[in-house]
Amino acid sequence: MSTIPPLLETRGLTMRFGGVVANDDVNFALEEMELRCLIGPNGAGKSTFFKMLTGQLTPSEGRIRFRTYPIAGNLPHQIARLGIGIKTQIPNVFNGLSVRENIWLAAARAARRDASTIRAKAIVDDVLERIMLPHLAEAIVGQLSHGQRQWVEIGTVLAAEPELILLDEPAAGMTDEETVRTAEIIREINKNRALIVVEHDMEFIKMIAKKVTVFHQGRIMMEDSVDAVLADSRVRDVYLGKKVAA
Amino acid sequence: MSASVKLSLQVVAILVACVAVAVMPVAVDLFQLMQFTLFASMAVLALSLGFIWGFGGILCFGQTAFFGLGAYAYAVAAINFGDSTPAILLAIIVPALFALALGYFVFYGRISDVYLGVITLTVTLILFNVFNSMAGDAYKIGTARLGGFNGMPAVPTFNMPFDPSSVLFPEQSWYVTGGALIAIYIGLRLILRSPFGRVAIAVRENETRASLLGYDPRAIKLGVFVLGGAIAGFGGALYVNWGAFVGPTIFSLSLSAEIIIWICIGGLGTLIGPIVGCFIIEYLISQIGSQQSFNSNLVLGAILIVFVLLLPKGLVPTIRLLLEGAGRLATKGRGQAPNAAPDLSAGQPVGAE
Ligand SMILES: Nc1ncnc2c1ncn2[C@@H]1O[C@H](COP(=O)(O)OP(=O)(O)OP(=O)(O)O)[C@@H](O)[C@H]1O
Ligand SMILES: [Mg+2]
Repeated sequence: MSTIPPLLETRGLTMRFGGVVANDDVNFALEEMELRCLIGPNGAGKSTFFKMLTGQLTPSEGRIRFRTYPIAGNLPHQIARLGIGIKTQIPNVFNGLSVRENIWLAAARAARRDASTIRAKAIVDDVLERIMLPHLAEAIVGQLSHGQRQWVEIGTVLAAEPELILLDEPAAGMTDEETVRTAEIIREINKNRALIVVEHDMEFIKMIAKKVTVFHQGRIMMEDSVDAVLADSRVRDVYLGKKVAA
Repeated sequence: MSASVKLSLQVVAILVACVAVAVMPVAVDLFQLMQFTLFASMAVLALSLGFIWGFGGILCFGQTAFFGLGAYAYAVAAINFGDSTPAILLAIIVPALFALALGYFVFYGRISDVYLGVITLTVTLILFNVFNSMAGDAYKIGTARLGGFNGMPAVPTFNMPFDPSSVLFPEQSWYVTGGALIAIYIGLRLILRSPFGRVAIAVRENETRASLLGYDPRAIKLGVFVLGGAIAGFGGALYVNWGAFVGPTIFSLSLSAEIIIWICIGGLGTLIGPIVGCFIIEYLISQIGSQQSFNSNLVLGAILIVFVLLLPKGLVPTIRLLLEGAGRLATKGRGQAPNAAPDLSAGQPVGAE
């Protein structure tokens, strides 16, 4: 039994859209500094779960606690200021602005917490380096490839320096090389931050994962180590046709 | 276009505009100078909507509400105080507070963009009806009669700060109005370079992303909206200074629509565009009005259709694209762009006068 309270905890979290129950009584806990992978077939409710954690959706029922703060139903900017950052499934960037401006907007908000403008610039340069886009710093984001836009978004999340980072399918649309680099970045972030990563790509999961939570029809079906989850027959069943073969 | 080229073009434009304002009284006759004074006060109104729509993403169909409130606030205060100095301040503060109240209701009430247009339009109609019906002795603020549909005639025009005895001459009024237009343009440029302006543009680009980074889109939009209201109100004071009169038709829908046409023609998402559009359209309307051979609304409609079909981005962005193309050609060729570019760019502000 750990005596340290979890970083994030949900109790009975439920989201209904009319008759559709997208999340059904989800009880979830994440430790400080933990890296968790979330998998599950299409429509399992993973993105809906993230939207409730970040205030984009107000849960129909249930509680969410981040550190000591109850955050269910808070507005996105309030939750962001507490230190939760998200890369959404559908790329969410400032398409009309340059890469540098995108990152700066995130860094400026983070630097405001300790009232330093010099720090914002340092963060921007550091993040550009980490997402390997310094040569495209002045490019307009809307004109970049899908994979590069994904990285810009990951860059904005990093620059905001959140305590907890949520990544919804970060490797989607990336080349193999870019995917490997993304896995590297995730492991690097995890040295001093907690993350939850949603992915379908099992090879990718194997590169980064420790503990895996499986969503199915809005519920948590199973929660265990990577190997145990990939070996489970029920998981194979719900992923029928997907490449689960471990 | 690179940031430094853009900046130097803006500086050139400002310098040309300053020179134009300075020499105008000797270049044209008094009647024309008065007309340009009117256009410049309207251009302040154009700038206010160009800012909140083009950079804040807020399409307000009733920007005349703030223009009109500013005009009435100025008139009432100028009549009561006999000095235009506090009246000008009130013409800024009253519409700004009104924008604050209205904007709070709209943005914090999570009312969608479509309804924002409807609500601002409705508010303008209500204001028109309210001011239109306040005729008679009962409707007085201090010594100022609001005059209902007759409006308020003989409003004191601008005087030297805190010196009601020295009323401005038409030339001086032109300097004040043209100078104010340039000052507001520069002020907005500076705001757009400040952190607040950059975040406002980010909210326009992607509200969800901005909020997920910790910015409150409601507060940002409210700030932009209030600033737009304050500028429009100031434009209202300049307008009354021009005509010494204000009536309820200042809240008319046709003026509200005209502002949107100025911006569409000049170019949304630029600050020069709305000014250029305003001067061109208002000049055309005044020319048509004096000829009597065409209906000005018909011509206005035709111009708008031509622009929407042929130059949907508007004049200024189109010229900017042409410049970029010319610049690229020139750098490929023998590098004659340095001559060509400033010539063309100088055409923008000259057209604006
Ligand atoms: N705004 C909404 N209105 C109605 N139904 C919704 C809405 N958002 C999600 N749903 C439904 O909720 C369920 C869960 O959707 P969600 O996007 O969370 O799944 P997911 O696990 O992220 O799937 P994927 O792997 O395809 O991204 C789906 O059945 C979806 O159709
Ligand atoms: Mg999803």
